[in-house]
Amino acid sequence: MARRRFERWRAPPSTYATHPEAREIVFDFLQGYDVLGAFWTTVQLTLLSAVGSLVWGTLLAAMRVSPVPLMRGFGTAYVNIVRNIPLTIIILFASLGLADIFGATMGASDFKVQGFRLAVLGLVGYTAAFVCEAIRSGINTVPLGQAEAARAIGLNFTQTLRLIVLPQAFRAVIGPLANVLIALTKNTTVAAAIGVAEAATLMKTMIENEAQTLAIGAVFALGFVVLTLPMGLLLGWVGKRLAVKR
Amino acid sequence: MTEVSVAKEDVAATDELVVLKSVNKHFGALHVLQDIDLTIARGEVVVVIGPSGSGKSTLCRTINRLETVDSGTITIDGKPLPHEGRELARLRADVGMVFQSFNLFAHKTVLENVMLGQVKVRKADKKQAEENARALLDRVGVGTQADKYPAQLSGGQQQRVAIARALAMGPKVMLFDEPTSALDPEMINEVLEVMQQLAREGMTMIVVTHEMGFARSAANRVVFMADGRIVEQAAPDQFFSAPRSDRAKDFLSKILHH
Repeated sequence: MARRRFERWRAPPSTYATHPEAREIVFDFLQGYDVLGAFWTTVQLTLLSAVGSLVWGTLLAAMRVSPVPLMRGFGTAYVNIVRNIPLTIIILFASLGLADIFGATMGASDFKVQGFRLAVLGLVGYTAAFVCEAIRSGINTVPLGQAEAARAIGLNFTQTLRLIVLPQAFRAVIGPLANVLIALTKNTTVAAAIGVAEAATLMKTMIENEAQTLAIGAVFALGFVVLTLPMGLLLGWVGKRLAVKR
Repeated sequence: MTEVSVAKEDVAATDELVVLKSVNKHFGALHVLQDIDLTIARGEVVVVIGPSGSGKSTLCRTINRLETVDSGTITIDGKPLPHEGRELARLRADVGMVFQSFNLFAHKTVLENVMLGQVKVRKADKKQAEENARALLDRVGVGTQADKYPAQLSGGQQQRVAIARALAMGPKVMLFDEPTSALDPEMINEVLEVMQQLAREGMTMIVVTHEMGFARSAANRVVFMADGRIVEQAAPDQFFSAPRSDRAKDFLSKILHH
């Protein structure tokens, strides 16, 4: 073992070329693990939760600016409760509370599928609170006159929001929404708490079984950076391009 | 000119389009509209003038309920102003509004701005709406700008697009809330000309403005407001040459002598 470790760190780059087996030795701790598969689950968790929380968050934002006091109250209460509860507790509640006590199987017969869907549910519920607040701050950047002009030509509240206010609000908050999306990507690791086979779950397993803990940590950290860095850059660029000129 | 306005006033007696009866409104402790009674006849052009803070903009905005009133009634074409919901939206479609700050939809092109109401409120066919929109844009002289975004246009052009957007709904009455106050001086006339043409074509108009030239040339009646009340109303010639109230005399002396 000690000898292998020595070889790994001391071998000059040229040795890799002349001895192809060197690479195998360096990355042998990855053998037998489906790292890409685990990250694929992470990506799936992220994408589904992103779509779900965008929809639910937009609805919440609409409630928070609606003229109906009951809806406003619900939106405000939801955001303030959900965003202040740790995500771990929300995900655990989805699994232990919803599934085990109330028997919500999420239409899944397979335990694994059920866990995945419950994790998405928890992530959507949690992330939507942040999406809602980002969009609401975007709504505040749209001048009041835009909504007045929309109402003045006879658009109703929903049309005004859907056709005039929200499109402008979204464009104003693409940057903040990118932050939420990046946070969401990393938050999917909490699904490990209910045993969803995503990246963090695999990392935990590997760290238990292999010696190269630092290297394992680095591989997974890099994996997340590879996912999130382009996200931030791309959405930053999109946000600039779509910005509404006034 | 005088004959025309007299003829219009004759029509006025028989055909009242907008009627405000003892309308009151407060902003907190401020009593911005005090017992306003005002009747506007079909085809009449009424110009509302007065010092800032006299409530004239608020008056204009209550007519399509962008501002609610505390008491009193407002009827448009015989129907009282609905409180909320679909009925109110339908009524607003019949009342065109032009704002001081244009308020063109910033994320939509000029053409889309003028088409939107026709398609979404009037449920017009898209092709028809586009034809109509292009014709209106030509009419207000910005036909060549149809595919630009509002921010790419000058203030005068934007305001003319805003007029076209309101006209696209086929309104019964047009409200103008200080339409030229945010414009550079050289752009004021292009907007006033469009408004004057509208007035000649017989559109019912309520215009809040500081443009006394427009009031003289296009109005059938001038309504002078101060401190939330209608102090005086008269034909423009009479109002500008021989105002009856001291408040109006004072106001005119301040704006006309330099």
